[in-house]
Amino acid sequence: MCWKHKFASLCLHLFHCVATLDSNADIISTVEFNHTGELLATGDKGGRVVIFQREPESKNEPYSQGEYNVYSTFQSHEPEFDYLKSLEIEEKINKIKWLPQQNAAHSLLSTNDKTIKLWKITERDKRPEGYNLKDEEGKLKDLSTVTSLQVPVLKPMDLMVEVTPRRIFANGHTYHVNSISVNSDCETYMSADDLRINLWHLAITDRSFNIVDIKPANMEDLTEVITASEFHPHHCNLFVYSSSKGSLRLCDMRASALCDKHSKLYEEPEDPSNRSFFSEIISSVSDVKFSHSGRYMLTRDYLTVKVWDLNMETKPVETYQVHDYLRSKLCSLYENDCIFDKFECAWNGSDSVIMTGAYNNFFRMFDRNTKRDVTLEASRESSKPRAILKPRRVCVGGKRRKDDISVDSLDFTKKILHTAWHPTENIIAIAATNNLYIFQDKVNSEMH
Amino acid sequence: MPVETQEERGETASPVGEIQLLRWSLLSWEPLPLSGASLRSHDSWTCSLLVPECRLWDPVHVFLTPVVPQWPFYNLDTMFMRGLKRKCFDGEEDIEGTLAGIKAIPSYNLQRQSLLDMSLVKLQLCHMLVEPNLCRSVLIANTVRQIQEEMTQDGTWQMINMQNTGQASVDRLVSTDILCRSSREQAEGKHVPGYSTFSKDFEGDQAQDSSETMSTASSVQALRNLQSNVWEMENSQENKGNFQKSLDQIFETLENKSPNSVEDLFSEVDNSYYDLDTMLTGMMSNTKMGHCDGLEPFPSPTTTTSSSNCKSDLNELDHIVEILVES
Repeated sequence: MCWKHKFASLCLHLFHCVATLDSNADIISTVEFNHTGELLATGDKGGRVVIFQREPESKNEPYSQGEYNVYSTFQSHEPEFDYLKSLEIEEKINKIKWLPQQNAAHSLLSTNDKTIKLWKITERDKRPEGYNLKDEEGKLKDLSTVTSLQVPVLKPMDLMVEVTPRRIFANGHTYHVNSISVNSDCETYMSADDLRINLWHLAITDRSFNIVDIKPANMEDLTEVITASEFHPHHCNLFVYSSSKGSLRLCDMRASALCDKHSKLYEEPEDPSNRSFFSEIISSVSDVKFSHSGRYMLTRDYLTVKVWDLNMETKPVETYQVHDYLRSKLCSLYENDCIFDKFECAWNGSDSVIMTGAYNNFFRMFDRNTKRDVTLEASRESSKPRAILKPRRVCVGGKRRKDDISVDSLDFTKKILHTAWHPTENIIAIAATNNLYIFQDKVNSEMH
Repeated sequence: MPVETQEERGETASPVGEIQLLRWSLLSWEPLPLSGASLRSHDSWTCSLLVPECRLWDPVHVFLTPVVPQWPFYNLDTMFMRGLKRKCFDGEEDIEGTLAGIKAIPSYNLQRQSLLDMSLVKLQLCHMLVEPNLCRSVLIANTVRQIQEEMTQDGTWQMINMQNTGQASVDRLVSTDILCRSSREQAEGKHVPGYSTFSKDFEGDQAQDSSETMSTASSVQALRNLQSNVWEMENSQENKGNFQKSLDQIFETLENKSPNSVEDLFSEVDNSYYDLDTMLTGMMSNTKMGHCDGLEPFPSPTTTTSSSNCKSDLNELDHIVEILVES
């Protein structure tokens, strides 16, 4: 089937809408699939991590195949107080990144503003029974009652998922950590805050190397901060970081120990016709993601998503308008602080479609090959189980079709900042404030 | 913790100054309840029996309710109306003349001004927050710089400073805190006009020291302020530099970010917001500087701060701060 047909029909069936939680602490702050897509981790504002696992497909119940159910919940970070500065450190989970699986256990890194933690998730489904010295409840047996020796045997038990903190990487950052990224060498990872990027070894917690430092000698001269960073998926020496001025810097760790000097600087010259006082703010990059191939980078700024070719520094190869109708509303959005919202972006497994969130619980997908795009809504009303998501449209004055939404009736408190795409299939996870939606393209489950 | 009241100390304080200080302290410490009941409750801290109800809080409570700023600046229509109002009240010819210049393109300048005001308030607020988001602060500060640069090029910057200077110099007499700070600035050889003063790095001990010499220095300071204001006005580049400096100092404080010495936080908050007010309302307030029509939010030019008031106000400050810290 040609892509045009698939995309035009847009059969995204709502698969499973996961729990709704009501308090402020349950606002989802990050979503991440693991490398196989079997597990989906979400972090929230209350410092908790909830991991969902995909049920294995079974032929007996075709409709329950591939559903995501809660696998484990644990408290990753607690609120802390920095006594030196009299500041509270939020427990909100800013980012979660999975480590590639190397044995039966799963591992992930989770971070709040200051501390990164490595968690190991293990399953236990067998229990030894028949101890010689202890009885069923674990109490010591009266030795006089022991007449013979037995070998304990492993008996099956209900699945228990145990999560333990294996490493705590603390005191590495003065400013707020905004991203973490695991290196392709599976031994190191980096963490970036507003002004510095540190390189850590996964096994060493008391030491980290500073690889980028853009803090000026005089804080008065500060005009630019780091907003996101990521390691290259294949080259363990390359990483990219984005800035609040809309530039991307690709750095090579082989060049020097301190990568303040970039190897490549990706910056698009400003469009003079669109210039306003808000130009700089809307050019600030909120997220950067390498494509799975490693050839391209995806960036999100306030109004657009851009695809950059690593070989071309002068301008992006593709630019997609996410919600250009907001361009005339920038002043109001500045007033209510929405202009500072940090949206994330995502590639699909084959790097042919990109996705990002917007306001009013809308999210957008752009097909790079056909140049078609669609707006969908993540809401309870429009998402009954097995229902097909209907494409939405925002009208800007002029002709208004039925079911169109006007710009002025958009709800700016309902924003989709965090989205994730399954690494191999057409399954997406959308975090809408405190609700998590998982959608699957049943018709087109194979990625093209 | 027992709380010493003014009566016990045998001092009186200018109520208006006190209100100003208290209001800003409350706004910066959000968890503090504003409802009358909680303010009057003494359960969390002991109050001297001499004071049946805590007199310190009452005027604040009353004051706060009607006076919480509505931010009409965001509404461009209101902004425009204020501009017209200004024109009506101002009797001075030169101001009218300059206004005529502005009137030519009122909407763009007003929009820009409104944006500048909004940005400054945002910076102010995020500076008052416990954990300012550095990225947001940097972006707002860059926007402010951009506007200021454009205004300097336009020449509107100088115009505004000229209008402001007259007000600012007199208004400085009102806030003892400004005077206190100005005295230290004079000592350091640094002075900024009302428009551009932002929160600065403060040394708590200096504030304490200057309070001692305050009484004698205040009148001298007022004179010096006037002089230096005139000097500042003629030197727009200097203004720009000062503005830049002030802006930069925000980052210093953002970095230091340690309101451990509560006096620092207090003084910074009050002073910078005061200057914000000067800037925002200085143009609005009329030439009848010494008068107060009804309850003018800020700055109130009615109070005549004598030297004794100044000293007592600082003690008042400590006193209030103590209360806040205890609660």
